[in-house]
Amino acid sequence: MNPHLILRVVAKFLIPFIALFAFYVQFHGDFGPGGGFQAGVIFAAAIILYALIFGIDAAKRVIPPSWVRIGMTLGVLLYGGTGVATWFLGGEFLNYTMFAPESHHAAGQHWGIFTVELGVLCTVASAMLAIFYAFASRLPDLSDEDW
Amino acid sequence: MFTPIFALEVGLMAMLVVVAIAVVRMRSLFAIVMLQGVYSLLSAIWFVVLDAVDVAFTEAAVGAGVSTVFMLGAMLLTDRDSKPISTQQKIVPLLIVVLAGAAMFYAIGYMPAFGDATAIVNSSVGAAYVEATKREMFLPNVVTAVLASYRGFDTFGETTVVFMAGLGILLLLGLNGHAGQWRAKPNGHNIGNTAPNAKRDDTQENSEGGSA
Repeated sequence: MNPHLILRVVAKFLIPFIALFAFYVQFHGDFGPGGGFQAGVIFAAAIILYALIFGIDAAKRVIPPSWVRIGMTLGVLLYGGTGVATWFLGGEFLNYTMFAPESHHAAGQHWGIFTVELGVLCTVASAMLAIFYAFASRLPDLSDEDW
Repeated sequence: MFTPIFALEVGLMAMLVVVAIAVVRMRSLFAIVMLQGVYSLLSAIWFVVLDAVDVAFTEAAVGAGVSTVFMLGAMLLTDRDSKPISTQQKIVPLLIVVLAGAAMFYAIGYMPAFGDATAIVNSSVGAAYVEATKREMFLPNVVTAVLASYRGFDTFGETTVVFMAGLGILLLLGLNGHAGQWRAKPNGHNIGNTAPNAKRDDTQENSEGGSA
């Protein structure tokens, strides 16, 4: 019998909602409080909670460390790439209006903000997980008495 | 003057001071890490009272959530209690803190009142952004518009800082925690990765080095 049965059941129930809330914070950030930074941290927190309850190896099967390494880079590239894309469309670096210059309700700005926030989400979530993996992998397996 | 909000603000500030003093006085690192989480959560509530919801959100997620876990992870690699510090070593830090505190109290008189509409931040640049966001962005959340578009360069820099923080940790510790040779003795247990042929492959699943 696992001594952390209640913790495991409750965590399994909560983790999907935490991850879902991260995406709500991400995609609703234009209208309510929130954005890429908060969403990235919340998503990382969902995985970290999983790692705390079920062990670091189980978490590494959900999000392999190699994904984390790629995700960290991809986010920055996505943000910078948005700026480069606006260059190619004839505007300044990060001038999102170039995505839809004819729009009367700033659709270009909405697309630009959406993309860069996605990049922020990617980098922040991956960087948080990378830091957690780096520290947690060094820890010895603790027995309950060690706490 | 004495409204419920005012009472709440004073209460929150008092609790912050109590938690801060408790953190300074304690020796148990586990309790200190937990109290730092409490401190962040109290700050988050206080930011909500000040109508800074985005900041409160970030403080709750980063300060109370993730950084508590990071501090726990770091703490588990050291001893459980901090070493006592002699009174002599405390004098210079105390002097610095008292001087810095006195300087801040001196500066309070020059600060605008909270929510003052005529203050520089609220009247010139802030008001211009609030007005322009409605006209140019068609977004209800001014914070997002400023963060991602008007100040997009800043946010690009911040994202790069987060990336570099992660990169720095990976360079120092390795993604699976076994970069280089290391050993530690937390809580009387010898752990480490001092074997000559230590696993250094990042894709390796099991990364608990020689926990002898």
